[in-house]
Amino acid sequence: MSTQPAAPSGALSRWGERLQTIDLLRLAVHAGALLPAAWILAAVVRGDLTANPLQAVEQRTGRIALILLVVSLACTPANLLFGWRSALRHRRTLGLYAFAYASLHLLVLVGLDYGFAFRLLRADLTGKPFIWVGAAALLTLAALAGTSFNVWKKRLGKNWKRLHRLAYLAVLLVVVHYAWARKGNLTSLSGDILQPLAFGGVALGLLALRLPAVRRWVTRRRQAVPRPSGEAASGLGGG
Amino acid sequence: MKRQRSLPAPPPSSEITPEAVYLNRRAFLSAAGIFGASALLAACGVPEQPAATPAAGASVGSQTDELGDPLTALEAVTDYNNYYEFTTDKEGVAGLAKEFRVRPWTVEVGGLVHKPATFAIDDLLTAFSKEERIYRLRCVEAWSMVIPWNGFELGRLLDQVEPMSSAAYVGFTTLLDPEQMPGQRSRLYPWPYTEGLRLDEAVHTLTLLSTGLYGQPLLPQNGAPLRLVVPWKYGFKSIKSIVRIDLLEQPPATTWSTIAPREYGFYANVNPEVDHPRWSQGSERRIGEGGRRETLMFNGYADQVAGLYSGMDLLANY
Repeated sequence: MSTQPAAPSGALSRWGERLQTIDLLRLAVHAGALLPAAWILAAVVRGDLTANPLQAVEQRTGRIALILLVVSLACTPANLLFGWRSALRHRRTLGLYAFAYASLHLLVLVGLDYGFAFRLLRADLTGKPFIWVGAAALLTLAALAGTSFNVWKKRLGKNWKRLHRLAYLAVLLVVVHYAWARKGNLTSLSGDILQPLAFGGVALGLLALRLPAVRRWVTRRRQAVPRPSGEAASGLGGG
Repeated sequence: MKRQRSLPAPPPSSEITPEAVYLNRRAFLSAAGIFGASALLAACGVPEQPAATPAAGASVGSQTDELGDPLTALEAVTDYNNYYEFTTDKEGVAGLAKEFRVRPWTVEVGGLVHKPATFAIDDLLTAFSKEERIYRLRCVEAWSMVIPWNGFELGRLLDQVEPMSSAAYVGFTTLLDPEQMPGQRSRLYPWPYTEGLRLDEAVHTLTLLSTGLYGQPLLPQNGAPLRLVVPWKYGFKSIKSIVRIDLLEQPPATTWSTIAPREYGFYANVNPEVDHPRWSQGSERRIGEGGRRETLMFNGYADQVAGLYSGMDLLANY
């Protein structure tokens, strides 16, 4: 992606190393986040998007948004658990992609599915708390996306970090929204509940890893095990 | 093959289109695309229908339902299926159901009847003359199709077994065979699938036992060899691959109302007034069309069936 030709000639081997670790990871992040969109677009062009294409696009964009949000939140624990520092650089990109897919999810629902028929929409939205939960998640993500740039980071100072912990609220809201949208019943543990439970478990696990007590415990354990230095930059394989 | 429509007036013969024209029209509709309003997406459409060649001697049928809406493409009907016994992936059902054995097959009819009987499926197929019925199918998930079913009225079968006067309900059971139906290995659902109707609903002339669609025998993904079709109720009431029918005094437990009783009632009549916490019941996506259309009371069959529920609070009996 960012192929600056400014690499000093004497550092060719270092430049190759950089390409392997940093740029390949960045490339993988962008490619991984854009490929699902290409996949959906290809299915649209081929007319191969199930017999219920609007629903399929809504479900796929929603699911990809959730996956990207989880991956974004997994970056910090990846560093904590495995010392994979380079992952930290991609949290924002992944989060912004998650927001983009979530926005697309809403746009397809309102624009293509309902054709901006707000009378129908209004009638359908009352009595559907799962949609309000999804809307709350999207608003949270919008606030985080809007303040994700460095200028805001500087301006908000300490509060920026506090604000961006809301990403955990957002992922939990998305999981609730998803579980509710599936044809299952969590209170009786029946029906279509496995995937929402799996995503919920992962989200809660990631949240648990951010708790100070858990964090201290993990750090102590990691320090107890002698590790070769330089492992921190072990690139993709480190995960 | 005798035809019967759910509205009294049959179409004039001039409206009945020859097969070739009819197939071309379907192809045109497919090619016209589903996102008609969107230039960006205009290239996509319901998958072409190369296999749209009904078996020789199949009825051509009318190209619309009695409200003037076109039939749903055969390919969509056979490739987009809610059949959790195989998988919850609607497009995965057809592949997993390909090897499903529909012979030998028997249907046991018992309970509160004077003449309980076990029918071999082929005897059932020859015993009752088949009709074509073009019905709207409205899934609780807010999508719908228009399907030309072949079959016979359930009431004719029930007449043969002579229900006792104490019988007030009819219960239906799907085959239980986890070997053939991988979805039944999931413990998250109370297999086998069961459904039920009130007896007067069961003997209503609209209530069909279907053995085919588009003039061809039912495919496994559509509920072969024998399924129920109750067009004024949500699709999940129309139970597939039936092996048992019981006349009962009390309403039977039904699968979805067991899983989530507040979401799926025993009646499950299509009713835009009764909201569902998940899907819109006020509007629906007609498969093959872009956008949405409003859902009709009793799926458009109110004239024929509203009388079954006179005096009942339909908000409470959902």
